[in-house]
Amino acid sequence: MSQHRLGARPGEVIDRDQPVEFKWNGKTVRGFEGDTIASALAANGVRVFSRSFKYHRPRGILTATYHDPNVIVQVGEDPNVRGAHQRIEAGMDVRSQNTWPSLGFDVKTVNRLVGRFLSPGFYYKTFIRPQSLWPTYAKVLSRFAAGGDVDPNHAPANFDHRYAHVDVLVAGGGPAGMAAAIAAADGGASVMLVEEEHDLGGHLRYGNSQDLEDLRELKTSVMTRPNIEVLTDSVVSGRFDHNWVSVVQRTIGHVEERLIQARVGALVVAAGTLERPYVFEGNDLPGVMLSTAVRRLINLHAVKPGDRAVVMTSNELGDAAITDLESAGVDVTKVLDARQGETVVKVSGGRRVKTVADSSGNTHRADLLVMAAGWTTPTSLLNMAGDRPKYSPEAARYLPLQLPDNVMVTGGMAGSGSTNELVDHGSATGAEAARRTKGEEPQPVPKLRPGIQPELYRSSTHGFVDYSEDVTSKDLISAAREGYDSMELAKRYTTVGMGPVQGKVEAVNAVAIHGEAVDNSLLETATTTWRPPYAPIRLGTLAGRKYEPVRYSAIQDWHEAYGYTPILAGQWVRPDHYGDPAAEVNAVRNGVGIIDVSPLGKIDLRGTDVPRLLEFVYVNKWSRLDVGKVRYGVMCAEDGVIMDDGVTGRLADDHYMMTTTSSGAGSVWNWLDDWLQTGFPSWDVRMTAVTDGWTSINVAGPRSRELVSRLTDIDLHPGSFGYMEVRTGTVAGIPGCFVWRIGFTGELSYEIHSPANHGLELWEALLRAGHDLGVTPFGLEAQRIMRLEKGHFIVGQDTDGLSQAHGFGVDWAIKMDKPDFAGKPELRFQAEHGEYPRLVAIQTLDPEVVPDEACQIISETGGIIGRVTSSRMSPTLGRSIALAQVEHTSAAPGTRINIRLTDGKTVTASVLQQHAHFDPDGSRLRA
Amino acid sequence: MLLIQCPHCGDRNSDEFTFNGEIVPRPDADADPATWRRYLYMKSNGDGWQTERWFHVSGCRRFLRVERNLDTNEIRDVRDYGDPS
Ligand SMILES: [Zn+2]
Repeated sequence: MSQHRLGARPGEVIDRDQPVEFKWNGKTVRGFEGDTIASALAANGVRVFSRSFKYHRPRGILTATYHDPNVIVQVGEDPNVRGAHQRIEAGMDVRSQNTWPSLGFDVKTVNRLVGRFLSPGFYYKTFIRPQSLWPTYAKVLSRFAAGGDVDPNHAPANFDHRYAHVDVLVAGGGPAGMAAAIAAADGGASVMLVEEEHDLGGHLRYGNSQDLEDLRELKTSVMTRPNIEVLTDSVVSGRFDHNWVSVVQRTIGHVEERLIQARVGALVVAAGTLERPYVFEGNDLPGVMLSTAVRRLINLHAVKPGDRAVVMTSNELGDAAITDLESAGVDVTKVLDARQGETVVKVSGGRRVKTVADSSGNTHRADLLVMAAGWTTPTSLLNMAGDRPKYSPEAARYLPLQLPDNVMVTGGMAGSGSTNELVDHGSATGAEAARRTKGEEPQPVPKLRPGIQPELYRSSTHGFVDYSEDVTSKDLISAAREGYDSMELAKRYTTVGMGPVQGKVEAVNAVAIHGEAVDNSLLETATTTWRPPYAPIRLGTLAGRKYEPVRYSAIQDWHEAYGYTPILAGQWVRPDHYGDPAAEVNAVRNGVGIIDVSPLGKIDLRGTDVPRLLEFVYVNKWSRLDVGKVRYGVMCAEDGVIMDDGVTGRLADDHYMMTTTSSGAGSVWNWLDDWLQTGFPSWDVRMTAVTDGWTSINVAGPRSRELVSRLTDIDLHPGSFGYMEVRTGTVAGIPGCFVWRIGFTGELSYEIHSPANHGLELWEALLRAGHDLGVTPFGLEAQRIMRLEKGHFIVGQDTDGLSQAHGFGVDWAIKMDKPDFAGKPELRFQAEHGEYPRLVAIQTLDPEVVPDEACQIISETGGIIGRVTSSRMSPTLGRSIALAQVEHTSAAPGTRINIRLTDGKTVTASVLQQHAHFDPDGSRLRA
Repeated sequence: MLLIQCPHCGDRNSDEFTFNGEIVPRPDADADPATWRRYLYMKSNGDGWQTERWFHVSGCRRFLRVERNLDTNEIRDVRDYGDPS
């Protein structure tokens, strides 16, 4: 056994029968199951765990908790692992971080290298000029920046989300937290008890035999209550409005981490206290530790923290550390009782503590300096609940002031007391929390005493306040002298509290020491504001598992079997093409093709006031739409921006079918509901969203009439079923279909809508019936090419969030003589001013060059005057075609414009007379 | 995550709703452009109680009037948009 590992301790959490081997900076070391990385290394005599951020000083164990700023390590491909919390596992590859060039590198050499980093505000002073040197600065900075290496080839990992509904959530599983959970459970509440460490118990875990006995009793009591769910190695990271509480669960096994979001009846905060360091010269040398850190090492992990110790104590827990040190065989050579005015002034040594100078002028030889200087209340959750905790000079810490009824506090955060007193307070709080969740009138819980603790912040010397960011007491005082007299400003200037531990170690010391230079009552007037999250959350945990539902049409199986190339359009998986989109275009232009357009939004409208609704939401006129007719319409939002377009047909006297763009189906549905509920509640309109209820197939091409006529008894003769008309009837033996003649592709086309359960049947019937006609299935890409040949815009591609209707070639549709419609006032204003951008069709002078979509259009002087919104090589015309948005001054037909291509070259294009590149008078679709 | 008491569905998380802001009457279609601009783009951004429009889009699909305190996020009254206040 190593000389640093002690004999069996009553509360030890290591399993000596389970040795675990892992690697530390490439060297194999051995610990026991239950060891943390820090305790296993300490048991192997490791004293230096990291190098500090700015000065590259050697750093050792300080707090021996999750929040230890000095033991942040790289484990395998995971950077920034909390080494004093993370337990070892066999084969772990642990490396020190921030140790360039190496952990053992000579300190003075490095200090010379980083000389420019030494003053507060170094970022601002050093890197402000010359600006041309910034790339060099960035390289140097990233070398010195704390933080490990991120592996860009990081293996994918699973993260989970869970939603919970609990009556009482207790944050903190110490004696008060456990007692609160028990009492709340006995009051009939469902309880979630969340503990950040690996086991329940709080400070009892590393206490004396009485503490261990109390812990066993409380823990048994918790574990036997079925309505308490215990989560260990988990942290309550935030409290949000209406008691929405986030919990990060770290050790689960099958996933890396889980984020629990819980709606909580009452939140009981029992987060205890954090011990804080004392500030003096050399207070960061390896061997300077908190009293709770040595107690954890000795009692939980049976590690001897040093051989010869000086202890500065100011409270009972510090006194207990003396007992523990002695029982571990550490020679306690001197006790400085801060209650009697004895303090430490300076610690000296090279890479670890060698001598300790005290306030009486004596110097002691020691390799360990233990400090028990007081407590910080981690009031994070209270701040998030709106509390402004108040400083108590008697207790030398912040205590809760005022909380909403659904947030309560107990344990060390609420005050001080014996285990029995803490348990009693926890019980009373838990019982009251359970009462409150039943809606009973809140009653106060008797208060705990604040406790007595001398105010100990800084000795007569200067030392480190923020170990993560290397900020000293001198820096804080000089920042105040430089004029940063507000704590909030000083924080940003010195970066105190901005490192990985986010104030848990340094916040109160920083306020106190800044106060020395500014205003001694600062502690009492300032509050330390802690924002969520309380502890770091991995980005993967926030993202959770990837759940992106997609939608398929009824014909999906056929598309797959036919070898389609899928594309995700909005939520819909659609066939982009079946191999050759240009060939699909040619097949439609010369014969007949079919496309699955089921994702088209469809809204069934019935009632006598449907025409009034259409009249209001579309910019064009709808009052005289006869049964059997369809009409194209454009919808604008109230700011005049094009929102959607589509056709609506009148199937019967008071029955209309509206279609929307595929991606606009949901928003149009909401938009109509909005007007019907909030604007015109008395109108007789019944609306049903039926997108999924219908399978929609567009049959397009000069031979489409011939094909459809083989399958239906609807009279397709152009004299009786004209362009922009709708008929209902039976198609391919499927009753209840409706068919309309529209022309997105620019060809004669029939769009057949059948009940969705017959969709596949209809599709296959069309293929069979059209076999001799060469009927060709075509995908979205072919459709997009054909609509671009025809100059039809796509809302959201050729238009954007600023595209008001007048500039987009639909002026003819906007009827300003209607008394009112959505968007009218803004469109009227736009029409009167006329300086809006225009959508134009353009053709490059070089027919082979297809500018990428989103390429910019550049003026003579190099300014941006527009962009290409859609572009393709046209199989029909054999040349490049495009739509573009341009400033109105460049929109006249024949204008030459210059497009900056992706490769930086420029191509010249000409503006067309109209949007259509092909068949501008529409003779084909009216055939 | 706010908890909103939908009169039709009960207590629901706010992510089931879309938030439409303070209820401000729509000006007359013939009102001058300045009035329309104020209506469309200017938000009062005040404090204290505000009556807002929320749409229970992933629930009953009803538009609701919600009285919410902008300082505390307390919600004291939720009713169907059409119900008289
Ligand atoms: Zn609802």
